[in-house]
This record gives sequence, C-alpha cells and structure tokens, in this order.
Amino acid sequence: MVRLITHNLLACHVKGCTTNNFPLVFQDVQVELQEAEFNPDFIRNMLSRLEWTALVNAAKQVGDTSLPLEQPDMMDDELLQKLHHALMEIHVIEGAMVCQNCKHVYPISNGIPNMLLAEHEIG
Amino acid sequence: MSRPEYQAPPEIYYGDAEAKKYTQNTRNQQIQADMTYRAIELLNLPPDEPAFLLDIGCGSGLSGEILDEEGHIWAGVDIAPSMLEVALERDLDGDLFLQDIGQGFGFRPGSFDGAISISVLQWLLNAETSHPTSSPPHRLTRFFTTLHSALRNPSRAVLQFYPTSDDQIQLITSIAQKAGFGGGVVVDYPNSKKARKVFLCLFVGGGGTQQQ
Ligand SMILES: [Zn+2]
Repeated sequence: MVRLITHNLLACHVKGCTTNNFPLVFQDVQVELQEAEFNPDFIRNMLSRLEWTALVNAAKQVGDTSLPLEQPDMMDDELLQKLHHALMEIHVIEGAMVCQNCKHVYPISNGIPNMLLAEHEIG
Repeated sequence: MSRPEYQAPPEIYYGDAEAKKYTQNTRNQQIQADMTYRAIELLNLPPDEPAFLLDIGCGSGLSGEILDEEGHIWAGVDIAPSMLEVALERDLDGDLFLQDIGQGFGFRPGSFDGAISISVLQWLLNAETSHPTSSPPHRLTRFFTTLHSALRNPSRAVLQFYPTSDDQIQLITSIAQKAGFGGGVVVDYPNSKKARKVFLCLFVGGGGTQQQ
C-alpha cells in the first residue's frame, strides 16, 4: 500500500535524474480507504518534512480535494483531521507513479509499488 | 546446510514456500522479535512519541508487526515479492515497496526518524552478476549513501546482520563511515556462538536524543 505520507517523501532514483524528479505523478489509480488512529502530534511532527503543494496535488490525483491550496499558518483540529485522512487513510492499491523528468514508470500492483531499476538506470 | 545468502539471491531464495515457512516458523519469529525489540531499543527514540521509521528488508512483516504494536508509523522495502505478499496478507499498517536496497533509495533528505534492518545486510555482501555496478562495495556504497540522506539529523539506523568474518564487518563499517555515518558495531552475547548477535548502530549527526 502507498499512502500519501510515503509518496510525499519519495523521489525518482533513476541514475542522473536529479531535477524535477519529485513528486512522482499518480496514474490510473485505484484507492482503498482504511481507518487509522488519529494522532495529531504525529501529523504535526511530520509537517515540517512534507511538501505542501505536492501533497495537495497528489491528494487530488487520488480523489481528495479537502486540503487548502496554500499551507495555513495555523493548524486547527479540523485541518489536522483532514491531513490525517489524506496522509494516513487513503491507500493506493493499483496504478503507477511516474517521474515527470525521466518518465520512469513505477507500477503499483496489489498495493506494492515496484521500485526496481534496470541495470542502465542504476546510479 | 550452507547459509541462505550463498545459495541464491534473496528474491529467488525466498519463493512462496520459503516465505511462508520462514514466517510460520515459531523459532524464527521469536529470534526476529527479540532482535527487533533490541534494534528499537538501540534506536534511542524519544519516549512515547510515534516515529516515522524505515524497515529495510521488511520481509513478511515480522518486525513491522512489532513497530505497529509500539505505535510507530513505518514503510518497508524488500526484494522478495513472495515475502511482501505474505506481509500483505498479515494486514499490517506499513507501506510496502518492492526494492533492491543495493540500487539505493529515492527518499527525500530527512524523511525518516530512524531505520531498522534485521538479518539483511549479509545479502549485500554477495555479488549477483558480473556487472561492475553490482559488486558488493558498489551496492553497499549506494545503500549507505542514500540511507544516510533519507534519515533526519540527528537520528540512527540499527542494522542487525550475520557477518562471516571480521573483514566483512570492517568493509561494511568503512563504507558506512564514508557515506557520512558515525557509530559502530554492538555485539550482544559475544562469547556465545549460537546467541551472538551483531548490530551495526549508525548515527546521523549526534545520533539521537540522549547522545552528544
Ligand atoms: Zn526520474
């Protein structure tokens, strides 16, 4: 399963692909919703390492439009709940993640993304 | 019987039958659980705070289950599809990736609060092809460099493995140091041939909350 919390930390790792290699773009996704325990402290803790715009766009790609386009200065409980849902409860189970730069396709099948590279793609 | 890493690469050695056998074997489960608890202890995370962790060579999720129980959020990578399938069936909370750690990670800088790895590094010591980028030092260098970058500063990675010689420990620690890690090897039960366990404890920056 790929959740947006992990997707937001994942860049393309093909050899030489170092610019515009984040975020990977979701394609043809099927998602599954799974409830997870709400932990506001954990979400707050993760915020500093997340890319907001990438998160908002990825959430759209998996069918969630609840997040504001700009990262608000204040995180109230309602927003933390929305973030929790987007980051932790949406699981991508089929589809692909595509690099905008080198176009490498990381297929997602049965919940598991295939991150294996071909010999010529290894750095 | 010879050691598994000498018989075939992990994605072949751990086929469907081996993956189920490994996961259901209660002795394996106990040893794996003990080593996972010890690795978490050596991570020295701040108490009572869920951390975002990377499980390197997560296999069928024996360690992941413990990370779930301890309240941590995690992502796991493994090269054996059969092991990952067993992990899926076990309904764990972590995200699973099919990945060859010798090819390096693509995680952005500072992604994880820590990393653990149980009984995996020895696989990296065996070259799989004659291609120059597949030599153990190349694969270890990519692994440690991209792992170092994926971890927060400060944080730790604790990697239990089964070296066959002191030379192997030397090789692994020197490549980890070149990748920027501090730290070194912790050996539990050093005088027992059976119980002896080697943990590579690597520090990014100061290496955690209570460490200077
Ligand atoms: Zn790319």
